[in-house]
Amino acid sequence: MMPEISMNVLDIAENSIRAEAALIEIGVAVDEAADTLTIVIKDDGCGMTKEQVAHVEDPFFTTRTTRKVGLGVPFYKMAALSTGGDFAIESEPGKGTEVRAVFGLSHIDRMPLGDINGTIHTLITFNTHIDFRYTYRYNDREFVLDTREFREILEGVPLDTPEVSQYIRDYLEENKTETDGGVSI
Amino acid sequence: MKSLAELKAIREKMQGQVNMRDGGEDDGRVRVVVGMATCGIASGARPVLNKLAEEVQNKKLANVTVTQTGCIGLCQYEPIVEVYEPGKEKVTYVKMTPEKAEEIVEQHLIRGTVLGKYTLSSTKL
Repeated sequence: MMPEISMNVLDIAENSIRAEAALIEIGVAVDEAADTLTIVIKDDGCGMTKEQVAHVEDPFFTTRTTRKVGLGVPFYKMAALSTGGDFAIESEPGKGTEVRAVFGLSHIDRMPLGDINGTIHTLITFNTHIDFRYTYRYNDREFVLDTREFREILEGVPLDTPEVSQYIRDYLEENKTETDGGVSI
Repeated sequence: MKSLAELKAIREKMQGQVNMRDGGEDDGRVRVVVGMATCGIASGARPVLNKLAEEVQNKKLANVTVTQTGCIGLCQYEPIVEVYEPGKEKVTYVKMTPEKAEEIVEQHLIRGTVLGKYTLSSTKL
C-alpha cells in the first residue's frame, strides 16, 4: 500500500513515461456533494492491447525484467475500491491509456491525497521532454497548469532551470491553496 | 492566482545568461540516479529525489546531474541512490532518507568521501 494517493499518481504516471507519452494529463477533482475524489491519468503513449489491460491488474504481470511482480496498478486499484470507489483502465495500442480512479472522499479507509504538488513538480522537472496538463478541481473551483503554455512563454528556457522549477512549485502551492482554501484532503 | 507574467520575467532574466547545460560535455559529469518504480516510491523515493536535486542546486554543483530510473531490482533496499562518477566504480546507497541524501551531497559529492555506512556493500546480503 502507498501511504499517500499522490504516490500512486506518481507511480502510475511513471508507466505513462515508460510508454513514451508526449503529453500526460492528470486531473484531480474533489466533489464534496458527491463525496468523491476522482483522479484521471491520461497519456498518448504506446497504449495496451485488450489482453494486456486485462493482465495489468494482476500483480504477477509486468513488462519489466528486473523483477517478477508489478504492484503499481493493483495497489492503486485496491486503494480506490477499498473506499467504495471505482477503478477503470481504457487503452488502445498506438493511441494511449486512461486510468480513472474514484475514491470515497469521507471513507475511513481512504489514504490522504498527500503531497500532490510534490508529485506534479517531480514529474514536470524530471521529465522535461514530456508535456503535462494538470487540473486540480475542488467543488466548483479549479486551476490548470499546462507545461505547453509555460514553454511558449519560456522560449527555450528549460523547465528544470532552478528559477523555473521554483516558480512551478510556487504556482502549484499558491493556486491549490486558493482553489481549496488550504484544507487537507 | 499566480500570474504567468512572473514566468515571463524569469525568462527574460535567464535568456541573458549563458546556459551551461547546453554544452553537451558529458565527460566528467557525475550522475546521481534514484530508483523511482513502485517499490522506490512506496518507500519514500520522492522526497529523496527532491532533496538531492535541491541540494545539488543550492550547492551549485554544476557537474552533477540528478535523474530517475525504474526498478533497480533490489526492492527491499529502497529507496536506492546510485552515484556514477567517471572512471570510478558505481556506489549504491540503500534505504535512503532526505537526511541521508543531504549527507551524501555534502560528503560524497562535494568532499569525495564515500559514506560506507549507507552503501549496499555494508549491508549483510
